[in-house]
Amino acid sequence: MVGFNLTKEQLLQKQLFRDFAEMEIRPIASQMDEEEKFPQELLDKLKKYGMMGIPYDRKYGGAGSDVLTYALCIEELSKVDGSTGVTVSVHTSLCCSCINDFANEAQKEKYLRPLVNGSKVGCFGLTEPGAGTDASGQQTTARLEGDYYILNGQKVFTTNSGFADVFVVFALTDRSKGTRGISAFIVERDTPGLEVSKDIPRMGIRAASNAEVALVDVKVPKENLIGSEGMGYKIAMTALAGGRIGIGAQAVGIAQGAINEAVKYVKERKQFGRRISQFQNTQFKLAELQTKVDAARIMVWRAAVAKDNHENYAPLAAMCKYFASEVANDVTRDCVQLLGGYGYSREYPVERMHRDAKITEIYEGTTEAMKMIISGAMKVN
Amino acid sequence: MSRDIYVIVELRDGILSKVGLELVGKARELADNLGQDVVAILLGLGIKGKARILIEHGADKVIVVDDPMLSEYVTEPFTKAVCTILTEKQPEIVLFGATSIGRDLAPRVSARIHTGLTADCTKLEIDDDSKLLLMTRPAFGGNIMATIICQDFRPQMATVRPGVMVALEKDTSRKGEIEELDIKFNESDMNVKIREVIKSTKKAVDITEAKYIVSGGRGVGEPGKFNMLKDLAGELGAEVAASRVCVDSGWIDKECQVGQTGKTVRPDLYMACGISGAIQHVAGMEGSELIIAINKNEAAPIFSIADLGIVGDINKIIPKLTEALKKSKTLS
Amino acid sequence: MKIIVCAKQVPDTTEVRLDPKTNTLIRDGVPSIINPDDKAGIEAALQLKEKVPGSTVTVICMGPLQADVALREALAMGCDDAILITDRAFGGSDTWATSSIIASALKKMDFDLIITGRQAIDGDTAQVGPQIAEHLGIPQVTYAEKIDLEDDKLVVWRQFEDCCHIIEVAMPCLVTSLSELAEPRFMSVGGIVDAYNSKEVKIWSYEDVKDTLDEANMGLKGSPTKVSKSFTKEAKGEGMLLKDLTDDEAVAAIMTKLQEKHII
Repeated sequence: MVGFNLTKEQLLQKQLFRDFAEMEIRPIASQMDEEEKFPQELLDKLKKYGMMGIPYDRKYGGAGSDVLTYALCIEELSKVDGSTGVTVSVHTSLCCSCINDFANEAQKEKYLRPLVNGSKVGCFGLTEPGAGTDASGQQTTARLEGDYYILNGQKVFTTNSGFADVFVVFALTDRSKGTRGISAFIVERDTPGLEVSKDIPRMGIRAASNAEVALVDVKVPKENLIGSEGMGYKIAMTALAGGRIGIGAQAVGIAQGAINEAVKYVKERKQFGRRISQFQNTQFKLAELQTKVDAARIMVWRAAVAKDNHENYAPLAAMCKYFASEVANDVTRDCVQLLGGYGYSREYPVERMHRDAKITEIYEGTTEAMKMIISGAMKVN
Repeated sequence: MSRDIYVIVELRDGILSKVGLELVGKARELADNLGQDVVAILLGLGIKGKARILIEHGADKVIVVDDPMLSEYVTEPFTKAVCTILTEKQPEIVLFGATSIGRDLAPRVSARIHTGLTADCTKLEIDDDSKLLLMTRPAFGGNIMATIICQDFRPQMATVRPGVMVALEKDTSRKGEIEELDIKFNESDMNVKIREVIKSTKKAVDITEAKYIVSGGRGVGEPGKFNMLKDLAGELGAEVAASRVCVDSGWIDKECQVGQTGKTVRPDLYMACGISGAIQHVAGMEGSELIIAINKNEAAPIFSIADLGIVGDINKIIPKLTEALKKSKTLS
Repeated sequence: MKIIVCAKQVPDTTEVRLDPKTNTLIRDGVPSIINPDDKAGIEAALQLKEKVPGSTVTVICMGPLQADVALREALAMGCDDAILITDRAFGGSDTWATSSIIASALKKMDFDLIITGRQAIDGDTAQVGPQIAEHLGIPQVTYAEKIDLEDDKLVVWRQFEDCCHIIEVAMPCLVTSLSELAEPRFMSVGGIVDAYNSKEVKIWSYEDVKDTLDEANMGLKGSPTKVSKSFTKEAKGEGMLLKDLTDDEAVAAIMTKLQEKHII
């Protein structure tokens, strides 16, 4: 970024993401939500055009771009479809980053390369039925036996698990050490004992894959331990910090998409003899919504630039996600209202955007967890 | 000194193109203004017999080049023939039809003889003072009109949009001159090889690309009645589309749905048959160039955006319209 | 195989609207794009490059400095080189002058195939491609809806209104592409990174082509045709609503309207 402006290169990237979303996703977004299915063809196209490895080094086959460009991608995709936004975000920020930031060269060659060059898709297995905001409450265990770790346990709400090839899974290697007893493992999909359930029925982002993953005596080669035993919690928290930039961008995209639909609608809809865009209430309401989204976007950009510059971005990322997710919920609710009965109808996309927005306040750290992080950074506690 | 209006007349499958006759008609008008002659150039194989028709439609003279090299349109032999004639005869103005042949040939000719060429003209006039040809044509995707002049180079050349100028009535009493010209072609002039000629087959429907659309709404009443619209569309060379109600009822494919939750179209003609004109539909077609609406209900909102609105019964009007169109084709 | 594609940056004229109050075009906020026919040509060239190992695709554009972004887009799609030929002296060029300038640049390059879009959506002339071919003295095949390579010959499906010619032509030659020639690929994220970091857009001015370009053929002075005036079309008037007609009267009214608008 230069000043508050995107560079020419970033603008061209934004154009790519926008054109792709308009041409490839818009015609099928509603159907994806109705069928609760993420199309393989769309996944293949996202991979083909380099969107699954945006901020990762050319050295490993990534696009060699930056975190801000990645955020632009998630926003543009999410303007049209929130499910697509989270699919790319979880793969990029949660799965790939663990391997990129903490794995050894051999692991990067074997796993990071296909993940960032568009060959494979990844997911991140941290959350468990009994461990959500309290991620330290891991129950999944990993027992070393000879050349393998044997994993047992259950993960829930694992985005992308329905089709992922590579799973980054967190498990307890030493219960006595609390959070320092958690380790991170790379598990391949076809490992015997790893079972992915059907997708969990959800309020929103229904096209995204989000399922339970059961691990029953899953044998993971010990070379697949990321870093060393006990590093798992740190790895997970680091990944989530970056992930929040993606979710902030997703929320901004959902909100902006809703505003764009509302602006189009109010210019056409006539009541009381005029277009409803002529009423000051409509104009003022849209001005309020756009201002909030603009603010959220700048916070996302700032967090992204801080990460690109290797600054302490985690509190900025927490703030941008907290703010953007709240904005997305407010904005989409008001946009449904602006479209009135048609806003409530599934013929128009805003009700889906409103349903999609809710999860941004919950996953990758609830709003409450974000406030814990922010107040912690303020050293209030 | 350059003089006379030349018209390059195309033939397709041995038949004189309609645009050729239209241009001879227009050339007649321009020539009368300038006190000059209309010369038609006829290029092809086995075409000598057609020259007379051009005189009957207004030409003073026809130059015929009848040669096997010209049996099918290929750029170089045609360019060579036309340039040879233009270089020798030095016309004031040369007109071509803006067809896929004319728009291939005219630029090549203009570049070879170094003169100005204006594309796809919809209006041609002679300026009262300068006596220059004023060539008016659409630009910017049809959003603006521009009038072009070619001051210092001759001939002033233009390709002209088919269907805009008017051919003169045939007058068998007209007299004119027919000149047969030999062009010295070399084998190397045929610098491409035509392997095969494929006659057109219908391609898949994309209503967003259609030039004309005949669209049906609730007023069509039943799926069988769409055939009535298909017949009309056939006569107009149009695509068939529909409002959401017809698609939801399964009368027609979703590919043909126009509207907010369907496709947006901007054809040159949109015929709305039995469509009420709810905002959700109008949003998908209000940019159409010409909107003609037929509906039983005088208060239907479609009439507020139609250029021509007819309060009437589509079941009676559409079939009669189709008949009238069929008839008008055989007369011309 | 050395392929050169001539591309133009144009305003997206499908997005241009008429201001009903002033009757002038609203050009603000209208995005600039690669002309659609040209973009199809770029895609066709990239597909030929993939078919014939060792091939290169160079894209050349005559335009103002802002056209740089269109060339970056072509590079991001996969083109190898880009040249922007720009000079104030070229301003006001009609199709003769434009084709002369572009041909002068092409004369300094090696090529087997030149692809130009058939028609630009702003000028709408479809003249520059064939005029370039004439200046270079090479065969042209226009209205290409499909192209293929067979040994060392190019095979082109050349579209007419009512039929199609399958044409075999030796190279070097020039082909004008229809937008249906090829569905353009998206840029890739890595492609855009390369377009701005490892590839370059060369800038040529009159100085770079003065040995192949006669200066009498450039700019407003070198243009045989000039715009005498331009104007917007009349805004749509009020519509006409006809009631109480017999069916025959209704049909007659419709036929008259269709004839008036040159539809029949």
